[in-house]
Amino acid sequence: MNSDTQQTSLLFDAPGPKGRRKIFFINIVGALVIAGLIVMMLMRLHNPPGGDNQLDWELWRPALDGEAWTDFYLPGLWMTIKASIVAVVGSVVFGLVFGIGRLLPNVFLKAVSGVIVEFCRAVPVLMMMIFFWRFFAFAGIESASYWAVVLGLILYNGSVVAELVRSGVGNLPGGQREASVALGLTQTQSLMTIEVPQAIYAMLPAAVTQLVVVLKDTALGSIIMYTDLLQESRRLGSMYFNILQTLVVAAVVYFVVCWLLSRLAEWLPERMQKRTAAFAEPDPVAPIAILDPSNVNQMAVAKEVGEKRYGGAARRYHVRHRGSNATIRGWRLDRYRQGYDVSQPDSQVEPQQFEIIRFELPDFIKPKVDANRNRDDGGDGEDVKGR
Amino acid sequence: MSEFLQLMGEYDVLGAFLVNIELTAWSALFSLLLGVLLLMMRISPVSSLRGLSRVYVEFFKNMPLTIIMVFMVLGAFAQLKLTFSDTFAKNFFWLAVTGLSLYTAAFVCESLRSGINTVPLGQAEASRALGLSFMQSASQIILPQAFRGSVAPLGNTFIALLKNSTVAAAASVATETSSLMSTMIEYHANSILLIFAIFAFGYVILIIPIGILTTMLSNKLAVRR
Repeated sequence: MNSDTQQTSLLFDAPGPKGRRKIFFINIVGALVIAGLIVMMLMRLHNPPGGDNQLDWELWRPALDGEAWTDFYLPGLWMTIKASIVAVVGSVVFGLVFGIGRLLPNVFLKAVSGVIVEFCRAVPVLMMMIFFWRFFAFAGIESASYWAVVLGLILYNGSVVAELVRSGVGNLPGGQREASVALGLTQTQSLMTIEVPQAIYAMLPAAVTQLVVVLKDTALGSIIMYTDLLQESRRLGSMYFNILQTLVVAAVVYFVVCWLLSRLAEWLPERMQKRTAAFAEPDPVAPIAILDPSNVNQMAVAKEVGEKRYGGAARRYHVRHRGSNATIRGWRLDRYRQGYDVSQPDSQVEPQQFEIIRFELPDFIKPKVDANRNRDDGGDGEDVKGR
Repeated sequence: MSEFLQLMGEYDVLGAFLVNIELTAWSALFSLLLGVLLLMMRISPVSSLRGLSRVYVEFFKNMPLTIIMVFMVLGAFAQLKLTFSDTFAKNFFWLAVTGLSLYTAAFVCESLRSGINTVPLGQAEASRALGLSFMQSASQIILPQAFRGSVAPLGNTFIALLKNSTVAAAASVATETSSLMSTMIEYHANSILLIFAIFAFGYVILIIPIGILTTMLSNKLAVRR
């Protein structure tokens, strides 16, 4: 992969003959260690102390035959996917409502949505699921565990989506808002018609990453007796006393589905980048924390660093303007604090914002644009000022 | 209020939170060690180690934690006879710590890797120009800066770990919070809202200081470039 080669070359030169020999040697040792680990695992499986041979085909066959798939895995997978889809739709609605609520100029709505979102992010999903499960059961609702799983996932992942909406708006270049206010739109109008639509495109890849989290978290449902893939594989395993084998099969199914979704999340950003002025990059770690420190997209920062002419000194804007705790309100003050004085435009070099965004231009225009940019850029002096 | 006091007197709620904190602390320690090891492997020039680390991270990133915990008890313990202690409770506790550590290490590795990406190329080039070897430049130049750059994602990972420690219920750790909440609701169905509120606010109170600390540290430690 491209990013991988770029990263490795960051730490070492292309090795010479001596280095290549050394690497070759360590490679063989590493491969031997890995092979040794695999052999050790197989030995343990083959002959656990005081247990049965777990590699026995008699144990694997009931876990893999057609009946196991039609009666257990596939219905379980369907239940998992059903809960995931309902939860995703619900959490997008929840996230949009409270994410926008947190950005509205009305202080009351802002505070209420803020409290709800932060509360839902702090409480463990399993706690919510157990609570709703018991609550629905007492209320006499049918399939209480299903609704408990769905509601628990909606509340948690919805609050994450709300943060994604907020960070999407926070990541937009300030010009978007300035332009819409200059056109005579009110704050709310600018938010709803200009900023939020772009934020939604920017958050889509991260939302797909979140989809993986939803799918993984449905497995929590098995603790509250929801008959998902994990629960079904446990049931099958307790019938034939081969629970290790059925769990392995279920794990493989989970892995394949989640891995395909992750690939989709990596493929989406370049599609979405054309439709928004904000970053469309999934975070390596989805935003999780309550009161988290901005969830700055470190990958995007790294790319900026790599793309600079002198290979360094990229972030001219304070972290406050990035990520889910970003606020677009205080940008003028921050800019001043970072060394740009608006009242002295002639002696100041305007810090450039978000250089990473390159709009797709046809090739024949490109040289001209690059020439202009280089002239405006001004060279070394500006790097110092920009801080 | 009397209801609250009665519940707190009858059940060891604080003890349950302590179990979760212990689970979190041990898992944080082990996953940090394993995560750094995975990171070193991931950025090393040796392709087999790079591949192993990558497979590990991909595997655990796309695997539900619940299935890992269930596997630790029903697979690793019941079938493969993996034991840490003769007492059942202790044994399940350490099985849960193992599961949590294995799972979280992948996310620690990813967090640190995102921190590595914030270290400018010039730093590595300069250390190479000074003649430092891979291990020297990694341990003395790159990793310290990477740690400082990845405080925020690391903090997020550990907050998630604290919340994930409730999943130890799937590994038969019966004394931790989610199991205790389940039991309490079973016997005191009338005060279900109060019971949920006690535990939910317990987590809010635990997590807010970690969040504030992470914010402070990440602002204090970030390398301004």
